[in-house]
Amino acid sequence: MADLTSINNSFQARFSGKVKVQPLFREETTWLVEGSELLPVLTALKEEGFDLLIDLSTVDNFGDEPRFEIVYELYSTALNQNLRVKAVISEDVNSVPTVSSLWRTANWHEREAYDMMGIRFEGHPDLRRILMWEGYPYHPLKKDFPLEGKVTDMPDIAFSKPAPLEGGPFVTAPADRSGDREPKARPSAAV
Amino acid sequence: MSDLSELNYNSKVEGNIVLTTLEASINWMRKNSLWPMPMGLACCAIELMAAASSRFDISRFGAEVMRFSPRQSDLLIVAGTVTYKMALATKRIYDQMPDPKWVIAMGACASTGGMYRSYAVLQGIDNLIPVDVYISGCPPRPEALLEGLMQLQKKIATEKSLSTLKQEEAA
Repeated sequence: MADLTSINNSFQARFSGKVKVQPLFREETTWLVEGSELLPVLTALKEEGFDLLIDLSTVDNFGDEPRFEIVYELYSTALNQNLRVKAVISEDVNSVPTVSSLWRTANWHEREAYDMMGIRFEGHPDLRRILMWEGYPYHPLKKDFPLEGKVTDMPDIAFSKPAPLEGGPFVTAPADRSGDREPKARPSAAV
Repeated sequence: MSDLSELNYNSKVEGNIVLTTLEASINWMRKNSLWPMPMGLACCAIELMAAASSRFDISRFGAEVMRFSPRQSDLLIVAGTVTYKMALATKRIYDQMPDPKWVIAMGACASTGGMYRSYAVLQGIDNLIPVDVYISGCPPRPEALLEGLMQLQKKIATEKSLSTLKQEEAA
């Protein structure tokens, strides 16, 4: 049975230079894969025994280029191994191939990533919003979207207005001051 | 000489008659048989369920008939965080309730948005529909809901139910 080291080596050889193994962090293996090779690498990993997609998430490194990062948390029940696969997405491209044909759970995860970050998934069978309502014009987890929200109005469906944030930001005090940890507006000097 | 015996003192019914005004009796009937529409949207709904179950027993106040059809209810209990996605659905349910109707905003979220100063949450259900009683707490305990219900009963008892009726007839 293949262990993670041999999988590392075989994928390094197979996708020469397109798969970079990141430094081990807390015993967790992370691969950085080039966007063009993302689907072949993930398909090969599925065949290698990574049968479970634990999570699919996205990161917005606002101000950096490429701006977005997509993270796949894989697990192999046969090998009892975790593997994190990352790829970067530039804002101009803003799309990655869907993996919902490999792991069916990716269907809703990708809908969420699309809803919150605006990243499109090519070939997705049903790329609708999942949390916000259909027709909402923004992607609220982007770093340049204000926490208080923006004005929208779809008659008879939904509307939204900015929330009042006077005295904010609303923060939680460190754990040693557990007496007043309730998130609330505090003067910035007291934080 | 006409027969006035029916209007005379009758010892058989003395003590069995209560004199009141029509308005007071209408209000008394309304306040003691509120049929709630449980609009459970978040954790407040758990406390609402607790208030309905045996330990707290909301039926002591005549409000145990939770109807899941707005057409059979006269009290909307908004229990929980009202997101913008749910806001117009809540208003639609309120609109479908027959008059007279009342609204309890249960908990911090339904009253003001609570801790959710966020793009996704309506900052208080009173932005959409009129609220009679606000209940503080996150979530409020069942006792607080019962207290709110009693406050609403006090409010109903002072309403001008009959004169409103006359105004509507005239209009």
